[in-house]
Amino acid sequence: MTDTRTTPTTAPTAASETDPTTASGGTAPMYTLTAVTKTYQQKKRTVKALDGVDLVIPAGQMVAIQGPTGGGKSTLLQMLGALDRPTSGTVGLGDSDLSAAGHRALAAARARDIGFVFQGFNLIPTLSAAENVETAFADGSTPRAERRAKAEAALASVGLAERAGHLPSELSGGQQQRVAIARALVKEPTVLLADEPTGSLDEATRDEIMDLLEGVWRDRGLTLVIVTHDSDVARRAQRRLCIADGRVAELGPAA
Amino acid sequence: MFLTYLLRELSNRRKQTVIIAAGMALAIALVIVVSGVAAGVKNAQSSVLESVYGVGTDVTITQTAEPGADGPGQRFAFGSGDGTTTDDGSTEVAQSTLSAARGTATFDSSALTTVEGVEGVSAVTATLSLQNSSFSGTLPDFSQGGAGGAGAGGTTSDGADAGAQAAPPTGGADGAGGSAFDVDQFSVTGLDPAADAVGPLTSASLVDGRSFTADDAGADVVVLDQTYAVSAELAVGDTVSVGGTDFAVIGIVASTSSDAATASDAYMPLDTAQAVSGLTDQISDVYVTAASASGVDALKADLQAALPDATVSTQSDLASSVSGSLSTASDLIGKLGTWLSVVVLAAAFLIAILFTVSGVSRRTREFGTLKAIGWSNARITRQVAGESLVQGLIGGVVGVAVGLLGILVVNIVAPTLSAAATTEAAGPGAGGPGSAAGGGGFAQQVTQATTDVALHVPVAPSVVLLAVGLAVLGGLLAGAVGGWRASRLRPAEALRSVA
Repeated sequence: MTDTRTTPTTAPTAASETDPTTASGGTAPMYTLTAVTKTYQQKKRTVKALDGVDLVIPAGQMVAIQGPTGGGKSTLLQMLGALDRPTSGTVGLGDSDLSAAGHRALAAARARDIGFVFQGFNLIPTLSAAENVETAFADGSTPRAERRAKAEAALASVGLAERAGHLPSELSGGQQQRVAIARALVKEPTVLLADEPTGSLDEATRDEIMDLLEGVWRDRGLTLVIVTHDSDVARRAQRRLCIADGRVAELGPAA
Repeated sequence: MFLTYLLRELSNRRKQTVIIAAGMALAIALVIVVSGVAAGVKNAQSSVLESVYGVGTDVTITQTAEPGADGPGQRFAFGSGDGTTTDDGSTEVAQSTLSAARGTATFDSSALTTVEGVEGVSAVTATLSLQNSSFSGTLPDFSQGGAGGAGAGGTTSDGADAGAQAAPPTGGADGAGGSAFDVDQFSVTGLDPAADAVGPLTSASLVDGRSFTADDAGADVVVLDQTYAVSAELAVGDTVSVGGTDFAVIGIVASTSSDAATASDAYMPLDTAQAVSGLTDQISDVYVTAASASGVDALKADLQAALPDATVSTQSDLASSVSGSLSTASDLIGKLGTWLSVVVLAAAFLIAILFTVSGVSRRTREFGTLKAIGWSNARITRQVAGESLVQGLIGGVVGVAVGLLGILVVNIVAPTLSAAATTEAAGPGAGGPGSAAGGGGFAQQVTQATTDVALHVPVAPSVVLLAVGLAVLGGLLAGAVGGWRASRLRPAEALRSVA
């Protein structure tokens, strides 16, 4: 069976070797956004959430996106996450053009290449931790035993092997976010998108989660994009972007 | 994953599951009970019709009575020498007449030959519906005062003087000049003793004695209905007076249906009935079995053409002749019950749809998340539809159980419905006031076979399957609408709605 997983046009270098100060750093781009505009109609007013964004994110890079509320952070993340299509411009994921893809192709890209971590964890409240992780096998074709084994391994990798049978309501916020990270990683995506992953956590837990995300990024060499208001979190990234009024600006490498 | 997720959702959202399943269960139970009662009422109607027309009768032929054809009513005439005078001077009189039942028109038996010649007739027989009326009583001695006569006990034509001179009668039923009369009536059917394929006795079973044979033609023998025999205290070997002639009771029959009596109180050979009643070569009913069930309507048309003056009725025509509380129950079930079922079913479907859609709205974040991690619209639709389907199935199973329980209760209670099948069509004005004798009038002659039928509600597997099918349909419908709503959610907006 042909592997349809999205790959950059040249093999990525290890994340630690990437030059964070350049757009591509010599590696193949994972994301290539060209003149991306997204407008919404709010009542009778047209809101331009993204305004001609040009952006290249190399494969294996850890990027933090900051900016004021309503500046376009979430909209940009939705474009990167194949959750929405731009009003104009193109969004390239590896060699795929997400802006021209249909709903099924976008869903397939999300199922195959992209892992999501949300601020509110977004776990299914009626399913156990392991079952929540299993939902990541979106096409439903993975055999049950294999699914369960991978889910338990993913939970073990985030330090929750003993909590596989617990419901989300029986877990702390940090543990729930770990389950969400396990869910995002179990399908071995090439991209991990995190929308305010520590926004609902206390400082100590925040650091634990960021250590976990950073460790995963380093170990697996995946592309990590974090949207955050927290400068401490942003400082951990190789590259910092700021988005305001729908325009992206480079803030430079982490201090 | 599908089943795990489905079961977790149903068990964790119990309130919604219970409401949807309960609504569906109520509707399904109602459908089962209404369908069952409708079938029970229909069976009861068939039972009544079979008890009147016999098993296997596809078509009956009668003739509408002309208005006023029955004349002034039953009369008993006694001459001056009639009766037996007892020692105290009282006169005992008795008379029994056998005549066509009120509202019954008789016609020439040549119609039977005509019917036999019509294509599509498998079996045919003719009967003569009669009514036996007997009068017996004791008259006092009016001769004591020398001025008695017919006017005694009333006003004489001479006026007050004559009345003043008349001495009071003596003797009579009470020994003091009073009178007492007994009036009795029972129905009699004359039939071909050799006919066993079609006719009123085909729905009867022999309880005692024997049934008719061809050798009984012209003989003074009767077979009695069990109900009548019990009430008249008659048994096989006894003698019963019919139309002034003594008949030997050779057998007792009962309806094969436990719910109804047979069509008539007494049965006798047709030629004997014709002779005793004076209706030579006359018949009142022709029972016809069609060669094929599908050809009944065509046969009816052919028979109507062959006998233009006759009333030709099929079983479905006759069903409308059943009246009484059975008919009321039939109308109630047919109209109110059916509409109630439809309304409750529609309400259950609506409840299921609304709750499913409401559930989808509450789970916007959940479905948005699943879409974000790659679930396709089809998979989400399947998940929602699966949940609704199982809720519908739970409702269906509970509904079937409740419905069967309801049917069991009805069968235990076994409500009795009265039914009257009109055996003859009486024209307007037929009959008239019944004649009186000695101041007592006959009860108006009834041209219906009235019977009480205990309602038995059958359980048809097809109805149970239909009910489960409806529950599945309701679940699928709700799931389709809910799934469609879920699939329409755009993942970005679904996630934004909770951010």
